[in-house]
Amino acid sequence: MGKEDPKVSKPDNTAFTQQRLPAWQPILSAGIVLPLFVVIGLTFIGIGIGLFITSSNVQEIEGPVFMYYGLTNYYQNYRKYGISRDDDQLFGNIDSLKSPANFCSPYQMGAKQMPIAPCGAIANSLFNDTFRLFYKVNEVYTEVLLDDNGISWWTDYNVKFRNPPEINGSLKNAFEGTVKPLNWPKPVYELSTNPNNNGFINQDFLVWMRIAALPNFRKLYRRISEGNWSRSLPAGNYSLEITYNYPVLSFQGKKKVVFSTVTWMGGKNSFLGIAYLVFGSLSIVMALIMLIVYAKYQVQIDRDM
Amino acid sequence: MAPRIPESWNKILRRLKKKKVVKVREVVSNLPFEDRRKGDQPNRHYDTNSINTTKYTVWSFVPQNLFEQFHRFANVYFVAIAALNFVPIVNAFQPGFSLIPICIILVITAVKDAYEDYRRYKADKELNNMSCFLYSRKHKDYVERCWKDVRVGDFVKVVCNEIIPADILLLHTSDVNGVCHIETANLDGETNLKQRRVVRGFLSPDSPFVPEHFNSTIVCEKPNNDLNRFKGYMENPDKKKIGFDRKSLLLRGCTVRNTEEAAGIVVYAGHESKAMLNNSGPRYKRSKLERRMNIDVFFCVGLLIIMCLIGALGHVIWLGSFPDWPPFEVPDENGKFTSPALAGFYMFFTMIILLQVLIPISLYVSIELVKVGQVFFLSSDIDFYDEEMDKLLQCRALNITEDLGQIQYIFSDKTGTLTENKMVFRRCTIGGTEFSHQENALRLAAHGDVDSDEEEAVGPQRGHRSRLQFNSKNKSTRAFRRCHSAKAYYYGGYGRKKSEARRDSEVAFSSPLETDVTPDKKLMKIAREAANQMEMWCEVRCSSDSASYVDFFLALAICNTVVVSTATEPRHRVTGPSLLKPSIKSLEKLHSFLQKMKPGRISQVLSSIQSNSDQTGGTNQISPSPSGTSVGEENVAGECSSSVSGGFKDSGVSSKASTDSGDYAEGVKVRDEICYEAESPDEAALVHAAKAYNFTLMSRTPDHVTVRLPQGVLLTFEVLHTLSFDSTRKRMSVLVRHPITREIIVYTKGADSAIMDLLENPSQEKGKENKITKNASKTLKHLNWYAKDGLRTLCIAKKVLSEKSYEQWSNIRLEAEAAIENRDELLMETALNLETNLTLLGATGIEDRLQEGVPDTIEALREAGIQIWVLTGDKQETAVNIAYSCKLLDQRDTVFTINTDSKETCESILDYTIEEVKRYAAVKNTRTKLFKVPVDVGTVYPLEGAGPTFGLVIDGNTLSLVFEGNLKMKFLELAKHCRSVLCCRSTPLQKSTVVKLVRDKLKVMTLSIGDGANDVNMIQAADVGIGISGQEGMQAVMASDFAISHFKHLKKLLLVHGHWCYTRLSNMIIYFFYKNVAYVNLLFWYQFFCGFSGASMIDYWLMIFFNLFFTSLPPIIFGIMDKDISAETLLGLPELYKSGQNSEGYKWSTFWIAMLDAFYQSLICFFVPYLTYQGSDIDIFSFGTPINTLALFTILLHLAIEIKTWTVVHWVTMIGSVIFYFIVAIVFSATCISCNHPSNPYWIMEREMADPVFYLVCIITPVLALLPRYLIRVIQGTFVLCPLLKARQFDKLDKEQRDEEISEWRKRTRSREATVPLSNLSPPTSPTSPGNSGHPLGRTLTFEAPLNVDLGNDGTTPPGRSMLNGTEIEHSDTLHTQSAVTENIYASIPVSSADRTGDGDRKAEDDSDAFCAGHQRSFSIMTI
Repeated sequence: MGKEDPKVSKPDNTAFTQQRLPAWQPILSAGIVLPLFVVIGLTFIGIGIGLFITSSNVQEIEGPVFMYYGLTNYYQNYRKYGISRDDDQLFGNIDSLKSPANFCSPYQMGAKQMPIAPCGAIANSLFNDTFRLFYKVNEVYTEVLLDDNGISWWTDYNVKFRNPPEINGSLKNAFEGTVKPLNWPKPVYELSTNPNNNGFINQDFLVWMRIAALPNFRKLYRRISEGNWSRSLPAGNYSLEITYNYPVLSFQGKKKVVFSTVTWMGGKNSFLGIAYLVFGSLSIVMALIMLIVYAKYQVQIDRDM
Repeated sequence: MAPRIPESWNKILRRLKKKKVVKVREVVSNLPFEDRRKGDQPNRHYDTNSINTTKYTVWSFVPQNLFEQFHRFANVYFVAIAALNFVPIVNAFQPGFSLIPICIILVITAVKDAYEDYRRYKADKELNNMSCFLYSRKHKDYVERCWKDVRVGDFVKVVCNEIIPADILLLHTSDVNGVCHIETANLDGETNLKQRRVVRGFLSPDSPFVPEHFNSTIVCEKPNNDLNRFKGYMENPDKKKIGFDRKSLLLRGCTVRNTEEAAGIVVYAGHESKAMLNNSGPRYKRSKLERRMNIDVFFCVGLLIIMCLIGALGHVIWLGSFPDWPPFEVPDENGKFTSPALAGFYMFFTMIILLQVLIPISLYVSIELVKVGQVFFLSSDIDFYDEEMDKLLQCRALNITEDLGQIQYIFSDKTGTLTENKMVFRRCTIGGTEFSHQENALRLAAHGDVDSDEEEAVGPQRGHRSRLQFNSKNKSTRAFRRCHSAKAYYYGGYGRKKSEARRDSEVAFSSPLETDVTPDKKLMKIAREAANQMEMWCEVRCSSDSASYVDFFLALAICNTVVVSTATEPRHRVTGPSLLKPSIKSLEKLHSFLQKMKPGRISQVLSSIQSNSDQTGGTNQISPSPSGTSVGEENVAGECSSSVSGGFKDSGVSSKASTDSGDYAEGVKVRDEICYEAESPDEAALVHAAKAYNFTLMSRTPDHVTVRLPQGVLLTFEVLHTLSFDSTRKRMSVLVRHPITREIIVYTKGADSAIMDLLENPSQEKGKENKITKNASKTLKHLNWYAKDGLRTLCIAKKVLSEKSYEQWSNIRLEAEAAIENRDELLMETALNLETNLTLLGATGIEDRLQEGVPDTIEALREAGIQIWVLTGDKQETAVNIAYSCKLLDQRDTVFTINTDSKETCESILDYTIEEVKRYAAVKNTRTKLFKVPVDVGTVYPLEGAGPTFGLVIDGNTLSLVFEGNLKMKFLELAKHCRSVLCCRSTPLQKSTVVKLVRDKLKVMTLSIGDGANDVNMIQAADVGIGISGQEGMQAVMASDFAISHFKHLKKLLLVHGHWCYTRLSNMIIYFFYKNVAYVNLLFWYQFFCGFSGASMIDYWLMIFFNLFFTSLPPIIFGIMDKDISAETLLGLPELYKSGQNSEGYKWSTFWIAMLDAFYQSLICFFVPYLTYQGSDIDIFSFGTPINTLALFTILLHLAIEIKTWTVVHWVTMIGSVIFYFIVAIVFSATCISCNHPSNPYWIMEREMADPVFYLVCIITPVLALLPRYLIRVIQGTFVLCPLLKARQFDKLDKEQRDEEISEWRKRTRSREATVPLSNLSPPTSPTSPGNSGHPLGRTLTFEAPLNVDLGNDGTTPPGRSMLNGTEIEHSDTLHTQSAVTENIYASIPVSSADRTGDGDRKAEDDSDAFCAGHQRSFSIMTI
């Protein structure tokens, strides 16, 4: 018995079990990283220059202009605020419409214990200033057409947010049995006269519901893509009419309106370009230091060994 | 980790049900109740033989496993956090979320536990279903049943080579003497045969054993785990009591050998059997690294609390900064707002939940997994594989692998650890004449050369093979002999490893090296003549000298417990001369001759055949030459003898033609292949030596022992008593009746210290006096030579008892044997009474050969900065010599020897020596300061460098003074300066005390290595215990954390695997800390931008998965497989080990640097995206996703910088992790529209991936974050600041170049060490003259107290005296020195001494234990 398989416990003599797998063993040293730094440096400088130029171009109001409203010191990312919504309700789920999730509390049920639609703190605090832009030519104010199409994410508008199924072709009926959020002047089905921009899929509502990451933020308000202004805003006098509804004193915030074009890298932000440039240059400097180090010490060390 | 729960619930319940608490167990036969219901069974309360070692049952698994897992602090923490999350006011996530990580971790651990348990279950099942024979009343015979069906009270029959299913009281054997042999290898690894006998007086051997007639009640001890304790009695219906002890108990798991069949009644079954009670699970220890790590975990807790406080405070301030309630502040259900202070209080807990990952919980699981991997690699290293024994490295403690890389002190046993414990007879002295055995020495040298030559030429592996070839001659017969051995189960170890029957090679102490003794020519002649003279039995003794030669060899052959077995049948004992069937004719002749010569029992003297088959039989025995035989025959005078020899010739030559030639031939053959089964290698060596001089031990039964004399006459001695070896007496005796002279003779052999004091008083006869004294002093002189040569010495003595005094003694003895109380003490006393007034016959020197590769290993370990202490029970001279030969002491070393008896002397010697040492040390320091070598190879390590090195030799006696007299610190002070310390004559307890002293006082990592039961204490005392699974049984292995098969394996184990395990694990732990802190800080920084509200910008799922899946595998692989330096380089440059000793892989600074780096990296990782997206319309999760992604890159690339070796596995896990992240993120954000409430992942990843800024951010951030670390590594790599890096560069070279570089480096370090020449120093003034002239280069300072007469200096004083000193140690040595003292001390020895000293010393107590003087396998009864 013992003889039949004499080496019962003899281990496998494989490269794996004996820890002899072929391996790459990089040893970092000045000589080796030198080319790496050069390559990184040059690449980064290149990217940096590209970014910088792109970012600078944003200043020129050319191409389709986007109109943003901005808020400062507004903490949409405040945790309790950020969770106060019911995605199922906003997805058009009838059950959730009638009984919103507890997350919405205390903006869950309105008067007479009727469910709020849309429920939650985010919806309740919907930004409701409105802006109109006028172009003044020869003392004549022409209203610049502001397009509210496609200002929200395509997926939000088409997938994530759905109105509850209309009843008798009426959106109002669909929301029957619900009440409007506390701060809202009118119910959700009257947000717009455009049926494609009404209810939960109202573009302004969608934009607001996508909560900002940082306390100082801007949100897309309109695109200027129609008429004469579709290519760029020509130089001239403009007048902005603001319907002031939204209170900001409670959080010492400021409101602003931003007009900007958008490039492939978004709005104007020169940071990334500068970062690349600085780091690229730094790499080149480091490469030079490495070269000196290599020349002075590495060769000597190599000789020592 | 978690404490083991010994029993599963149902077993506990069963225990509880047992109401009666009785001190004894009563067992009656089950047979009368065979058909009854279970409730009527008399033995129903006892466990059945079905075993269940699983921790869980299918039903109890979930609750019980959870219960166990929650014993861990880490898991409790996690659950507490999760529970906290269910409190609505403070929760940071949705309540369910925080349960995910803990659940996953619990599940992973549970799966691991379940798998292990399933394996146990399978093994149990297999064991339970093994078959055995149970007696059935219905069938009136034994029927085959499963093991699990055996119950207490059943009658079980076991046949030869079967494993015993339960603890059985032996009631019957097929052997006429009522003896049964068992092999306990499965239990304790001892392969020798142990005798068990039928309960005395239970049955007369002739009447058949019928279980049905058994109507007695057995009363015995309750189940306990002491293998060597079992007592009880059997009460017959007529109230007659028959006592029995453990010699009648067959233990579960042992194998029956040499006995056709044995039967008995089951007394303990299943879990109550001694074997199972002894089966303790794996041990859990905390490694140094983990202890260190746990401190840092507390730092993390501190950090966490600080961060949470900042969060809470920040929240209060933030809330207070608003003039009114802002629209984003959400009131509670009643429309009320929480006050800032209260909100801040709540926020503290929310922060804890949010930042919980700061405490690296996953680290604990990862460490466990990494250690599983490390253990796997450790135990599959083929270099640790011993082909002869088919044994691997065995990891018994699973969680201290990294401790192997931090060892600073090694405590080693000598015998069996440094030496092979293969005893080889080297030389002997008889009657004051020394026989040097030159030929034997030459043979041994040649043997050694074969080994070492091969070794040097082709490296260890080839050397191994060559040894195998050497053994192959024996292989065939041995294989045959063991081919019937049954499957055996091995009970020890982690899990229960099923193993096949063990290899033959380890069965008996019978390698050709040990069995072939080349006799000394001169002695051979003398012995032959002496034997002849004895055979003639001339009325007047020719000379007492020649008689003493014969006695000497007879003693060698008889005075032991060696069992003779043959090769033809598996371990079948040669029971007597009946096996040999010489022709009747020659027998008759011899009988008549002997009757004429001396009245005696005919049967006791049988003729045999002068076998010349020694040459032809094909064994390895180098037999006496035929000419030798003829010399003997020619010298025989007188007609009688010629007729004897004629008879021999007649039978010998004619036998083949004779009618019964078949039988006869078989007899010859059988005798050829005689194997000796000895319980200790010393015994076997002596029997083989006697055999070489043709005093062949032919057979042994309990009552008779047969020896074949050189002329072939078989002498059968009646064995009256055997006083077996014990560690207190340090000797054994056999009381025999000489078959011819009818004299009653006591043969005693033992340690010189044990024998010399018991010699007969020389003043009885005037003429004799001189001679005896001369004889003794000469012998002592020889003994000293032997000891200096590193030989183990044994004295052989004899005593003739008068019939009358024998009778007196035997009466007392019988009484003692019958005694129930104090039996052990009484037996001891009778033994001491008998062993007095001995006549010294001679002494032997046995060589304990150094194990292969020992000097090399010791040198390497020494270079690695490890201090090596040898703690041995051996004599000082032997130990010192071994120390020199294995390079433990160097010829250039200054060796301090301290032997003293008084505390004061000891103290002053220590003071003096310390001063002396310091003087050198001071010189050394100034030297090194003056010639400070520019540090091109890392830090200068302590204990390294130039100057003289010191060795310290101390004996057990002095050591006890040190411990008693509060000289510990002084001793340590001295020892610290010594390169090696040698403690001789130390008891097991002293060994462990020394280890503990060094470990606790010097705060160092200690490792103990040993092979025997006497090392168990010290193995357990050390941080890492290593057992050598060699010849001495498994006790050391059972107590150890790691078991290896040779000392030389220690080199690779420590230098390579220790280093790897340590660096791997420490790097991984550091990395884990870094990883968690870096990642959690991202969330923390975000709190500054979200009003400290506990919001997270990263999707919860991705966040949880980040730690669990995306970044867990690469560091685990890193912890298992990263290899900073190749094994070859590590072995070539042992000093690289020092990095682990100094804990360079994981230091206070390493931890904090990692923390700082983590903070820096998290800052970069957060603020680069922050600055990029600042002021834009980015939404919260679109901001978090790039951060999460670039954090993944940063964290993995950080690991990439740290990884030293990129194998396929590394690449796969690294790239796989990234790909997995993207797949999960894409799939998750494509499918989760509103599935995951507060977060909003839908289509975010897709949008991000379509955005070039995402990539730009993900490129620059990791690069920026890792730049400092990368630069530091580059600088380190460029200037090669530490030796490890330099060694790594060697690995890039090809083999030859590397070897060259390594030797170059070593030369350099050596030359640096030798910068201070010895001659420049003034030699220290020695208080006594230097001893030990054998080492002219070395200066040996020997300190001895005036009272103490050291053996080495004055041979005339019996060495035993030196032990007799007024210490409080009741050292066993003192027992035999003065009879007056003896009794006093004796009385104070508790009977249960074995219990006190613990399981480890079980072996020593075994009274069938081997004779092993000088070995000190003993434990000592000592109180400190």
